[in-house]
Amino acid sequence: MQSTTLILLLGLMSIAAFYFGRRRSLALVGGPGHGSALHSLPGYYGYYVVVWVALPALALLLIWVLVEPRIVVALVIRGLPLSYQDLSAGELNLLVNNIRNLAAGDVTSVNVDAVLQNAADRFNGYVAKSRQLLAVLAVGMAGLGGTIAWQRIDPDLRARNRVESVVRLMLIAASSIAILTTIGIVLSVLFEAIRFFQKVPLTEFLFGLNWSPQTAIRADQVGSSGSFGAVPLFTGTLLITGIAMVVAVPVGLMTAIYLAEYSSNRVRAIAKPLLEVLAGIPTVVYGFFAALTVAPWVRQAGESVGISVASESAMAAGLVMGIMIIPLVSSLSDDAINAVPSTMRDGALGLGSTRSETMTKVILPAALPGIVGGILLAVSRAIGETMIVVMAAGLAANLTANPFEAVTTVTVQIVTLLVGDQEFDSAKTLAAFALGLMLFVVTLVLNIVGLSFVRKYREQYE
Amino acid sequence: MSKVQTTLQKVEAGLARRRRKEKTFRVLGILATAVGVLFLGVFFATLIAEGASAFRQTFMQMDVELREDVIAPGGELDLVYADFDGLVRTSLREQFPDVSGRGDRRQLYRIVSAGAGYQLRDMVEASPELIGTMQTVWVPAASNVDMLVKGNIDPAIDESLRPLSDKQIGWINTLQEAGKLERRFNVALFTNGDSREPELAGIRGAAMGSLYMLIVTIVLSFPIGAAAAIYLEEFAPKSRWSDLIEVNINNLAAVPSIVFGLLGLAVFINWMGLPRSAPLVGGLVLTLLTLPVIIIASRAAIQAVPPSIREAALGLGASQMQVVFHHVLPLALPGMLTGTIIGMSRALGESAPLLMIGMVAFIVDVPGGFTDPSTALPVQIYLWADSPERAFAERTSAAIIVLLGFLLLMNLAAVIVRKRMERKW
Repeated sequence: MQSTTLILLLGLMSIAAFYFGRRRSLALVGGPGHGSALHSLPGYYGYYVVVWVALPALALLLIWVLVEPRIVVALVIRGLPLSYQDLSAGELNLLVNNIRNLAAGDVTSVNVDAVLQNAADRFNGYVAKSRQLLAVLAVGMAGLGGTIAWQRIDPDLRARNRVESVVRLMLIAASSIAILTTIGIVLSVLFEAIRFFQKVPLTEFLFGLNWSPQTAIRADQVGSSGSFGAVPLFTGTLLITGIAMVVAVPVGLMTAIYLAEYSSNRVRAIAKPLLEVLAGIPTVVYGFFAALTVAPWVRQAGESVGISVASESAMAAGLVMGIMIIPLVSSLSDDAINAVPSTMRDGALGLGSTRSETMTKVILPAALPGIVGGILLAVSRAIGETMIVVMAAGLAANLTANPFEAVTTVTVQIVTLLVGDQEFDSAKTLAAFALGLMLFVVTLVLNIVGLSFVRKYREQYE
Repeated sequence: MSKVQTTLQKVEAGLARRRRKEKTFRVLGILATAVGVLFLGVFFATLIAEGASAFRQTFMQMDVELREDVIAPGGELDLVYADFDGLVRTSLREQFPDVSGRGDRRQLYRIVSAGAGYQLRDMVEASPELIGTMQTVWVPAASNVDMLVKGNIDPAIDESLRPLSDKQIGWINTLQEAGKLERRFNVALFTNGDSREPELAGIRGAAMGSLYMLIVTIVLSFPIGAAAAIYLEEFAPKSRWSDLIEVNINNLAAVPSIVFGLLGLAVFINWMGLPRSAPLVGGLVLTLLTLPVIIIASRAAIQAVPPSIREAALGLGASQMQVVFHHVLPLALPGMLTGTIIGMSRALGESAPLLMIGMVAFIVDVPGGFTDPSTALPVQIYLWADSPERAFAERTSAAIIVLLGFLLLMNLAAVIVRKRMERKW
């Protein structure tokens, strides 16, 4: 049975359970007119039965979906001839993939022999049996749960409280997913990063000046040293982030000031949504624009004044990233400026200062913590930005501060190391997770500091 | 008396300078605002200038004889092995009888798309009675021909610098003068999957992949996000745990999206063993990515419901759960929906985490389910942007226009939901 049909069937059973549970509760007190004799509203008795029908069956389904593939594969491998079972983990994995493809009727990467065909047939057999078993068990559990709950219905049963506590548990579970996500991120990058640091010492990674992750496939291969000094990546990231900030901070801040203090309502009504559009454009689109439009411009402009510009210069990526971040800086600055009590502004204006003096000498100093917090968040955004640099920045790790040369960044390297099929225990692949860990930690610190600045500052004036 | 005088004088002496400063400051503000708006203008102008032409494509008229001895040798139709390309070539040779020599002929064959043979095959499959007849068909021209007709290849430059030879340009001109080249609406862009031939490449596969992903994302993220927001706003006791969750959600909203891709790769693919390149995994990753956005928006919507509603319901004897689900939730729903739509539009434009989970492969087939390998619309843009062919640059812009169109629609929907259903208290 397909799992969709099974879920559909469980849905129908739940509807039936609601109907029968509700009817029984009313029948026990002698009809719809006597509902007040029940502890809860009749519908709650219906939901009570539904909970017992649906939840155990769904839990079983979830566990089954997670566990079934492993068990089936283990069974299939155990049924293979011994010569196959002695293969290394990697080869065995490949074999299992081929069996899977064969079972699904797809093309395999090797010639199909009798052993493989046999294994594929058994694979399909196990899957079919497991699905049957699942269907019987799930429907059986649902039926059993429903019957028990139905029998326990009683005018004194506190059905509402029971149902509500189940709902409450579900709400708690939903809100814990945020925590689970963080734990998942930390664990997944941490484990792989630790495996990486077992192969490459932490000091080399943090302080090494040479990054060339292509590890040798053969022992005698030339030129593939596989060195993992990440300093050029950090400087490259900082260079591009720096350029982006040089664009975004003044422009974003001045935009916020102008729109908050100077512009007429009409201009504000037009300019604000336009800037929000800027924030809504997907980053891949910015990347395309940076690579195909801005980079040639930068190159031409550089050549016209006699600077040699690499076609994937840090400048092009940084400029476009700066434009992308303008709305973030301007909206956070706007919040900060608006949070300054108007009494301060009125006081300064009343003493005869001009609007620009009020802004630079009174409001901006007062709003500074909020603005700094916003800038920190923007820096974190720039460091973690991926698509623009993947498309418009280079791949070669250059240790340079020249914005017209090509540099590479942490995110670019994560993408290039992980795109495509990789074996999962080479230092090259694991290096991506080590970089991911760095990225996560740095952005996390920036975010926490930035957010706490923003929040503390807000509380100060409330 | 003289003291006052001097102060006034001082103020007046500085006035001109201060007014100048004020003016400069104001101009700076205008300039800064103009930068963003100007960029937007330039951006859309180049995008439309570049991409608009991709919606029309050059087609070529051909007279093809569907010869029975080629398609159905021995009277039996064999769609797999029949040499439809051969028919196309024969037709080309008949059209230009004076082309001789292998090299020249090969050049001649290259002005028509490789898809022409498939088109004939589909035609014959749909109506087998055409076999043996002479048919006039419009087939897509090769992408280089398309580029020449659109003026993207300059015939004046040196032959070695352009992808079309002088001879090919001559033939194309002949066809054009005979009215056998025509620009038509580029249906393939919307009905085909990806292809190595620009004239056959379309965004349908990627769009379907995005659709499947968004379905997974919305089915998971809206209920979970709403439930989490309800718990945090209405039930959570003020404890360290709920503080932790709150800080956590705010931080997750600012974690770089590529880190979520690493999570998806490590947890969903390596640990759980879900298939690579599947919209299901993409949807799961995007769910985790959009959850913080949805939770934050939903909490704001719940906070906006006035406490008097809760108190009135509680006073009439409703349980806390009933207050929330019967009164607060319906009132907060428009705000929650708006937040969800915004989150979905963010998910639709997201590509970095999808690169991590293998949704970046060259996939020709249109995915038919949640576990079929597929790409997504933004990833398709990334893939095409990397292609060296001139014709793909045009299609990339067209795909971007389509993507931005979808985003615009979603944001419009969010605005409408907010305007229509929002209540002021």
